[in-house]
Amino acid sequence: MTWSATARGAHQPDNTAFTQQRLPAWHPLLSAGIALPLFFCAGLAFIGLGLGLYYSSNGIKELAYDYTGDPGTGNCSVCAAAGQGRAPPPRCSCAWYFSLPELFQGPVYLYYELTNFYQNNRRYGVSRDDSQLSGLPSSLRHPVNECAPYQYSAAGLPIAPCGAIANSLFNDSFSLWHQRRPNGPYVEVPLDRTGIAWWTDYHVKFRNPPLVNGSLALAFRGTAPPPNWHRPVYELSPDPNNTGFINQDFVVWMRTAALPTFRKLYARIRQGNYSAGLPRGAYRVNITYNYPVRAFGGHKSLIFSSISWMGGKNPFLGIAYLLVGSLCILVGFVMLVVYIRYQDQNDDEEDDE
Amino acid sequence: MAAQVNWGSGNSTISTPQVTGCVKTSKYNALNFLPMNLFEQFQRLANAYFLFLLFLQLIPQISSLAWYTTVVPLMVVLSITAVKDAIDDMVNWHSGIQGSLSCRIVTEKWMNVQVGDIIKLENNQIVTADILLLSSSEPYSLTYIETAELDGETNLKVKQAISVTSEMEDNLKLLSAFDGEVRCESPNNKLDKFTGILMYKGKNYLLNHDRLILRGCVIRNTDWCYGLVIFTGPDTKVMQNSGKSTFKRTHIDHLMNVLVLWIFLFLGSMCFLLAVGHYIWENNKGYYFQDYLPWEDYVTSSVFSATLIFWSYFIILNTMVPISLYVSVEIIRLGNSFYINWDQKMFYEPKNTPAQARTTTLNEELGQVKYVFSDKTGTLTQNIMIFNKCSINGMVYGMHVFLFSLSLGEILLCRLEKVDFSYNKLADPKFSFYDKTLVEAVKKGNHWVHLFFLSLSLCHTVISEEKVEGELVYQAQSPDEGALVTAARNFGFVFRSRTSETIMVVEMGKMRIYQLLAILDFNNVRKRMSVIVRTPENRILLFCKGADTILCKLLHPSCGSLKDITMDHLDDFASDGLRTLMVAYRELDSAFFQDWSKKHSEACLSLENRENKISIVYEEIERDLMLLGATAIEDKLQDGVPETILTLNKAKIKIWVLTGDKQETAVNIAYACNIFEDEMDEIFIVEGNNDETVGGELRYEGRTATNGGEREGQGRFCPKSFWGSLECRCVLVLQAHALEGNLELELLRTACMCKGVICCRMTPLQKAQVVELVKKYKKAVTLAIGDGANDVSMIKVAHIGVGISGQEGMQAMLNSDYAFSQFRYLQRLLLVHGRWSYNRMCKFLSYFFYKNFAFTLVHVWYAFYSGFSAQTVYDTWFITFYNLVYTSLPVLGLSLFDQDVNETWSLRFPELYEPGQHNLYFNKKEFVKCLLHGIYSSFVLFFIPMGTVYNSVRKDGKEISDYQSFSLIVQTSLLCVVTMQIALETTYWTMISHVFTWGSLGFYFCILFFLYSDGLCLFFPDTFQFLGVARNTLNLPQMWLSVVLSMILCMLPVVGYQFLKPLHPLPYPIRTKLKHTASRRSAYAFSHKQGFGALITSGKTMKAKLPKKNSFPYKR
Repeated sequence: MTWSATARGAHQPDNTAFTQQRLPAWHPLLSAGIALPLFFCAGLAFIGLGLGLYYSSNGIKELAYDYTGDPGTGNCSVCAAAGQGRAPPPRCSCAWYFSLPELFQGPVYLYYELTNFYQNNRRYGVSRDDSQLSGLPSSLRHPVNECAPYQYSAAGLPIAPCGAIANSLFNDSFSLWHQRRPNGPYVEVPLDRTGIAWWTDYHVKFRNPPLVNGSLALAFRGTAPPPNWHRPVYELSPDPNNTGFINQDFVVWMRTAALPTFRKLYARIRQGNYSAGLPRGAYRVNITYNYPVRAFGGHKSLIFSSISWMGGKNPFLGIAYLLVGSLCILVGFVMLVVYIRYQDQNDDEEDDE
Repeated sequence: MAAQVNWGSGNSTISTPQVTGCVKTSKYNALNFLPMNLFEQFQRLANAYFLFLLFLQLIPQISSLAWYTTVVPLMVVLSITAVKDAIDDMVNWHSGIQGSLSCRIVTEKWMNVQVGDIIKLENNQIVTADILLLSSSEPYSLTYIETAELDGETNLKVKQAISVTSEMEDNLKLLSAFDGEVRCESPNNKLDKFTGILMYKGKNYLLNHDRLILRGCVIRNTDWCYGLVIFTGPDTKVMQNSGKSTFKRTHIDHLMNVLVLWIFLFLGSMCFLLAVGHYIWENNKGYYFQDYLPWEDYVTSSVFSATLIFWSYFIILNTMVPISLYVSVEIIRLGNSFYINWDQKMFYEPKNTPAQARTTTLNEELGQVKYVFSDKTGTLTQNIMIFNKCSINGMVYGMHVFLFSLSLGEILLCRLEKVDFSYNKLADPKFSFYDKTLVEAVKKGNHWVHLFFLSLSLCHTVISEEKVEGELVYQAQSPDEGALVTAARNFGFVFRSRTSETIMVVEMGKMRIYQLLAILDFNNVRKRMSVIVRTPENRILLFCKGADTILCKLLHPSCGSLKDITMDHLDDFASDGLRTLMVAYRELDSAFFQDWSKKHSEACLSLENRENKISIVYEEIERDLMLLGATAIEDKLQDGVPETILTLNKAKIKIWVLTGDKQETAVNIAYACNIFEDEMDEIFIVEGNNDETVGGELRYEGRTATNGGEREGQGRFCPKSFWGSLECRCVLVLQAHALEGNLELELLRTACMCKGVICCRMTPLQKAQVVELVKKYKKAVTLAIGDGANDVSMIKVAHIGVGISGQEGMQAMLNSDYAFSQFRYLQRLLLVHGRWSYNRMCKFLSYFFYKNFAFTLVHVWYAFYSGFSAQTVYDTWFITFYNLVYTSLPVLGLSLFDQDVNETWSLRFPELYEPGQHNLYFNKKEFVKCLLHGIYSSFVLFFIPMGTVYNSVRKDGKEISDYQSFSLIVQTSLLCVVTMQIALETTYWTMISHVFTWGSLGFYFCILFFLYSDGLCLFFPDTFQFLGVARNTLNLPQMWLSVVLSMILCMLPVVGYQFLKPLHPLPYPIRTKLKHTASRRSAYAFSHKQGFGALITSGKTMKAKLPKKNSFPYKR
């Protein structure tokens, strides 16, 4: 034998808990005593939580108006008809009148909603250059290929910001007017257009390219605006902190939506007399109708909404929790019945033996 | 060494072929490792597929995922496999060296021995080439060999060199000048045939099988011998017999391949449906959406776009065929193999051998074994015979407790003292006996006892050797005989030496010389042997020993009552599993003997029909015998064999014994080790020599078994088992020739109904055939276990081959998949390691498929909301890391540490093994369950977050319904769900499982913050786009509410199912308790064969220093 020469026990495996598979362990068993109470408790907890969620969501007020302008739905249909088949659509404005019988509890947020708009289409979603948007000068001149066909303009200039997302920037604009007394003058309600984008997006992710001689316009020299845009990116707003790539509307738009129906924050109403909400009275929203959506069957809406501790109106979670809670209890009962029956059977069998 | 060996028949004159005995086993060297290994790895379908995917991803038009999602996992998988291959190869390389032994005048390794070499072999060496015997140390160039490795027979065999070469003896000059030429048949697998011609000095000498020493034999009782190497390495008869070694794959492997194929089909159809969806979408919406998202230049129609999308989805959904599946499976198997190597309870201290998992690819199959094919000699038995009991003149001697020492007598045994043989100087110190009464009887001078032992010391063909005064070494043709003579020796009747005409016996200290008048040798028909001696008192005595069935017919009528008593004793012995022989004597009249002697020599000299005539003459004298008693020899089983077999039987593992040995011996062992039980209903013995008789026998047996069942309703022998197969309480004994016909199916049908099957007289290749047969027609896992070279073929053929190591030969072990040194470790290997491995593998596969379905199919749901644009739900980095980092450790932990029940319970309830045999834990049905569960989970995982984020905003009014937040919510929910799922699957929570499971989840969040951190995203804005998403989303109550909801919804059905499942008890097979009286059976067994008697009387073997060229008369 080759190994008889070695010492006795030389090949003996180590006697450790690991090698002998004797590691101390917890050996849980899913017994009825654990499973059934678990189901009932979880069910009750879910129902409680669901009720809370449901009521808090129900407490939120929403006021929505579809201003797409389908024929016969208000004065925006004129604009919609005017823009039909013409590119670029002519400037047109329309208005939405509404009145509040009581105070619309604030803070109030103004959203626009688009439907049937596929921001989550893969080709749409990749059509952007994040390095360009982060202010990298080299990317400003050489946008990535994903941006095509909005990579270079017809003149061969690099487009800034490039890509389909930027090109399709939502460009309707709204202003809110309040008529405090009947037949009184309309007073413009101040809309806070800042602070509508994520802090990280506005402060970190999006940056303008380094200024040239203190001028943003010079920094963007040699680039072309996206074809759909009427003005270059550095003129999006007169406010130097809200123009260029860090224009908040632009930043909000660039955070693409997950679903084809989406809302984006347009403004917050929190200034002056309106910090507590919109007081009762008549209101008018002036709409600058630029953005065509009817071609692809989309709709656009305006929404005033208040906010609770857990965000906007969305009854889904509340209802889902209620349902799942009830389901838990139901399944718990079924299991209880089966369990009791099975135990009876077992007892019988034991008696037989 | 100028001898030349030509193979091939007739006059072919091929020059000496240089075939070496060394086998190259290592594949790689440092230089070719990388290219060769990569080449081999890409030959695997899975790896090639991922390479193909990689190329797909590099096409920008269809690339829906970044290239690194495939490259990173592929690199990791390839490098892990490469490291494993390298380690395996190194191990192989070492084992290549180990196999060599040394011998030869110029000591040379066996691997260097070449055809045509002349080599010297010494006593107790294992021969590793086929060798033509030239000369030996024994007279007449006889060489004794043991062939247990080849055929399982334990008796010695004799080979004799041809006279021309035997003259050379050990004269090196002559030997080195030997320039004969051998022409012989080409290498073949016939162990008992050899034809060749030796051309030497112008003359031709016929060579036959008797001149050839085969590889695998052991030289015994021969100081040295010289031989000419004829075949080496793979050309040797044993190696030719060992069959082709095939790459073994497990059932799970096959299943996995089928399932991967299914997944491919599923993937293909999914992609097709999505492409159709895309076509419809592009037609209805995409076309009109071109203001904002124009089609690419090269896209001319929605059909073309859909074609591209098909491939895009192919890339996205490829995670359904997980790249890490194969490598994970390999890691799990490796880990579980290590457990086998590490198991202390499979370590055999006396031989210092741990169990060894020599392959790391078959573990889970160990949990599914249905048929065990076992060799007998050296596997079930230790190949040691022990004189255990005897019955002398109606008195039983011998300890009864002894046999049960293992189960309950361990303590009892300690109190028993060995009998003191100190009165006898010539006693064998190794011999032990536990019954004092026998010694007392001997000392008192009991006539019958004395006569009994005298007959044992005279009636045999043992040759004694006394190199040192008083130290006798017996060379017995069979271990049984050796045991009997040794027993007689210890009790004071010492067989000391023999010549061809005398036997010298020291009787209670007194030397007496008996004249040997005749040896009536043993053969299979006679089943007895006799000697006729003339005592110093000039009485002529015939001593006879043989099978009880034969001998009791030859007894003198006067010993009728003694016969009955002795037969009762024999039954007792037999039921203890002992091998019994009856001993009788007869006093002969001098005249009668003279008369008979004449007839005998006439018969011996007759040319025609000599065998027949001799046996008739023998019968004339072997009658009217006086019964002396009976012996019982224990063919010592290996420790714990009966218990092991009982346990395996309870686990519904069928054990077939395949042996080269004789039927009687095999049946005897089968009883001794519980393969046959005494209350077995019927033993079917198939002995027919041709198709018709065998077929007839089989049909008859089948009818007996099944008809019986019909008649008595429930089934007499064959109650239907729960699994629907017939389970009979009967056993089948087969002879090798039953296999030769075309009755395979018939045979198998009968055999599989029986509880135990024994196949005797099997050649190595036939053993393999039997295994092959079962493999072919029964879709069951087979395991072959053996220790010798004759088992190699079946070890290679069976799904799992187990070698008993630590015996002298290494052949079986080197060809096996698992090796350990005691048969009893088999139950641990199967019931503990096998079961665990199988359970773990099944859990692993179910979970693995599930987690990938749940992961991947979310994309499909998302397609309906993203215009079928091949948009992924997750961040690309999540896709890259999901299988590799986030979920790999928990599932590895599960499949390396999980134990549903611990080892004690596994062994105590062997029934737990059954589900594995029926493949219940992972099969196509289970896979479909995984798929459905995965679909359900993905549904929940998509729609709950979708409902949550739909038009929903944070409490500061900013929206959270953006794509990146949605991704984060879905992927976090997914990870929580799969982690909870694995937590539910885990039944054995070690510290490591906790760390792996919860650690991976924690690690995910760490990675998340890293990947979405400002620094990284600003540095590589194009690669890491999710800046700030973690910070903005993980603090949302909606998100956590959604995660909890998804988790509960995914867990609810699983918990309910798990809770309700154990409430359906498995119906136990109806146990019919039938009482059967143990039938009387003869336990006659004797591993003995004709052949020695003639040699002894011829004087060939006598060591008496007779002149070498003496014309000592011997009969041919």
